[in-house]
Amino acid sequence: MKELTSFDKSLLNLLQSNLPVCSHPFAALAEELGTDEQTVLTRLQLLKQEGYLRRIGTFFNSNKLGYKGTLVALRVEPDKIETVAEAINRYPGATHNYEREGRYNLWFTLLTPCIETEKKILDEVEALPGVEDLLNLKANKKYKINVQFKLH
Amino acid sequence: MAQETAMTELDKKIVRALQGDFPLVAEPYQVLADQAGVSKEEFLARVKVLEEQKVIRKMGAVLRHREVGFSANVLVAWVVPEARLDEVAQKMAASPSVSHCYDRNTAPDWPYNLYTMVHGHSREECEQIVEELGKECGIEEHTKLYSKKEWKKTSMKYFCE
Repeated sequence: MKELTSFDKSLLNLLQSNLPVCSHPFAALAEELGTDEQTVLTRLQLLKQEGYLRRIGTFFNSNKLGYKGTLVALRVEPDKIETVAEAINRYPGATHNYEREGRYNLWFTLLTPCIETEKKILDEVEALPGVEDLLNLKANKKYKINVQFKLH
Repeated sequence: MAQETAMTELDKKIVRALQGDFPLVAEPYQVLADQAGVSKEEFLARVKVLEEQKVIRKMGAVLRHREVGFSANVLVAWVVPEARLDEVAQKMAASPSVSHCYDRNTAPDWPYNLYTMVHGHSREECEQIVEELGKECGIEEHTKLYSKKEWKKTSMKYFCE
């Protein structure tokens, strides 16, 4: 499969915003697209297999589940960045971890069930060899979380 | 910031079932309800409540942005005067090129208080979008934090500690 068909694009545009919560959600999508449930399922399985879908399912508001989240910026000695990144990746609550351009060169997001756990992890990270500085950039307000790419 | 919602043991079971891969079958909620050990009807009813309470932010898909042509993105940190923060954040959040927009704490020697994730088809397009956003909002001071390497990108697994 090289290119998305116009049907694929309509299906993905619809699926990005709203998968109905009902007994036969894919039949409901199919009806909106003027096709049948099996066509939608077969196509989605293929699109998933081909790597177009990062994830299909449920996205939660972590704060409402009782979790605390933060963004952490680190300044790490360049030759230690790999070992520091790998140490961070071992925390299940570190969900995104990127090396970035700029003064602070390693950035990760951290979700923890309580503030004590967050503090403990940040203390451990700050003590890793090569970590020169750590910024704990807590969110005060989330104005938008909506990863949607309109396909034309 | 969103208030915490009291989670019952049933809710936690439902969250654990929902946070995995959504089954691409005719009756996905039957499969998930079986995993959670409840009836499909009970499971669906509870999911609808969690949706109403905004515990569930979205049901649906997130695409791999590179595969669908959005191959470039940049985290932009802006310095916005406190009095204009809400107005500017709302304006930036309204842009279809912005997927995330958060107001965050500053730190000594780090004055940036508004963070936006900007997506484009190329680095050049990202640069252009950032310039336009800044102009539209009347905000000049910013830093573009392009990623050099992705070390980890996963979905959170809740209630597994």
